[in-house]
Amino acid sequence: MNEKAATDYAIHTDKLNLWYGTFQALFDVDLDIKDGIITSLIGPSGCGKSTFLRSVNRINERLGYVRINGSIDVMGKNIYDPDVELLQVRKQIGMVFQRPNPLPLSIRDNVLFGYNIHMRKERASRSQKDEIMEAALRQVLLWDKVKDRLNARATELSLEEQQKLCIARLLPVKPTLLLMDEPCSALDPKGTEAVEELIWELRGQYTILIVTHNMAQARRASEECIFMLMGKVVEHGQTQDVFVTPKRKETSDYIEGRYG
Amino acid sequence: MLMTALLILPVLLILATLIHKGGSIISAEFLFSEPTNGMTAGGIFPALYGTIWLVAVALMISVPLGVAAALYLSEYAGDNWFTRIINLAIINLAGVPSIVHALFGVGAFVLFFGFGTSILAASLTLAIMTLPLIIVATKESLQAVPHAFREACWNMGATRWQTIRKVVLPNAVSGILTGVILEVSRTTGETAPIMFTGAAFFLPFLPESVFDQTMALSLHLYVVATQVPNVPDELPYGVALVLIAIVLLMNSLSIAFRMWLRGRKKW
Repeated sequence: MNEKAATDYAIHTDKLNLWYGTFQALFDVDLDIKDGIITSLIGPSGCGKSTFLRSVNRINERLGYVRINGSIDVMGKNIYDPDVELLQVRKQIGMVFQRPNPLPLSIRDNVLFGYNIHMRKERASRSQKDEIMEAALRQVLLWDKVKDRLNARATELSLEEQQKLCIARLLPVKPTLLLMDEPCSALDPKGTEAVEELIWELRGQYTILIVTHNMAQARRASEECIFMLMGKVVEHGQTQDVFVTPKRKETSDYIEGRYG
Repeated sequence: MLMTALLILPVLLILATLIHKGGSIISAEFLFSEPTNGMTAGGIFPALYGTIWLVAVALMISVPLGVAAALYLSEYAGDNWFTRIINLAIINLAGVPSIVHALFGVGAFVLFFGFGTSILAASLTLAIMTLPLIIVATKESLQAVPHAFREACWNMGATRWQTIRKVVLPNAVSGILTGVILEVSRTTGETAPIMFTGAAFFLPFLPESVFDQTMALSLHLYVVATQVPNVPDELPYGVALVLIAIVLLMNSLSIAFRMWLRGRKKW
């Protein structure tokens, strides 16, 4: 693969197959996900969208029975190469989960957790760290709500605030790619709206890949859309095109709610 | 309700008897002076002092070892035949009678390693005997830390050790300390493991290093109760009262501590 093609895409996969034991969850997935935009992954439960997301930062492999072949290039580098450092992969790629998972630490320590791990050589002073923390919290639209209680436990925040915090703590290490696995499914409609607004705010600064069950959300919050079914990519295109003029019958069936 | 009352009845009876028969002898002088008149009078200071030595040295050995072992078993090792054998061994170690530990201590530490009968040999024996306690307590408190916290850390690129140091251990420390305090109370009361390995019948001096022998409270109780003629009745009861007071104090400390830390925990 030439360098040019590699850098145009944030994620490029080539014949990606994945098995959980003997069950094959992904079949020959070839995807090119563009740099700097929001791409949504939709499809019925069990279609492999979360599995795909989890392969991109290699958290699947903690389950000992997962087998992969094919390649996943992130920013032009195959992350399954033996010389790739897992910790660097995880630094470059942030992940947000279905259930907010703040650490049982203060808000401040949560935001700076990744920073303290990855940027130990920087030897930032306390005031520099405070600036970094403020910038991250401002970016997720949380600063005004928490600035007076930065030492409070993060687990005391509301779910919506926790999820924003989980996004905020990814930012100080300057990731290029954010993976979001149904980031709003544990939130109420108001929280969903707030987090979607935030995702939209982050557009352009990060490449965002978001898995969702919520059609309306995919439509509102993404620029490109991938529809998956039974471990295969069925359709990938501009979100408007996928929703308005789907090329495949399976896609239109799913979008119109005939199954899933 | 009745059964519960029956359960605490023996404890209360023992305490009441001890206080009734031995309470009169307890005084600062009893705690801080040496036995006199062939151990039929005087205080218990050398035994008290020796017990503190024995327990402290045993803790210094077993706590780091036990916590490290539990960390390995719970955070690093997978579930395979090797760890299953280790876990089985730990459970079995907990079931070995203390006199067997004592004889093992004589063979291994007193003779083979050449520590002689000394605090070191006795404390090593105690440490090995209480190791399962601390490993099990630590493992349980580590496993009580929700898995989601570890995942969150790993996904931010933290190594296993960073995850343990920053998130898992701080949240498990209450359980570990509870285990340690329980170990203290257990170690304080043990007699068999120390009587051949480091505790002496009577010593006219206090131990100065871990290679010295020492007197110990539990053995002293055995001695004044059964081995020395013409001991006034209240003396053994007094020693027993001090011993049981230490153990009960440690146990209640551990319970209070656990309740306090649990109240602070919020997730």
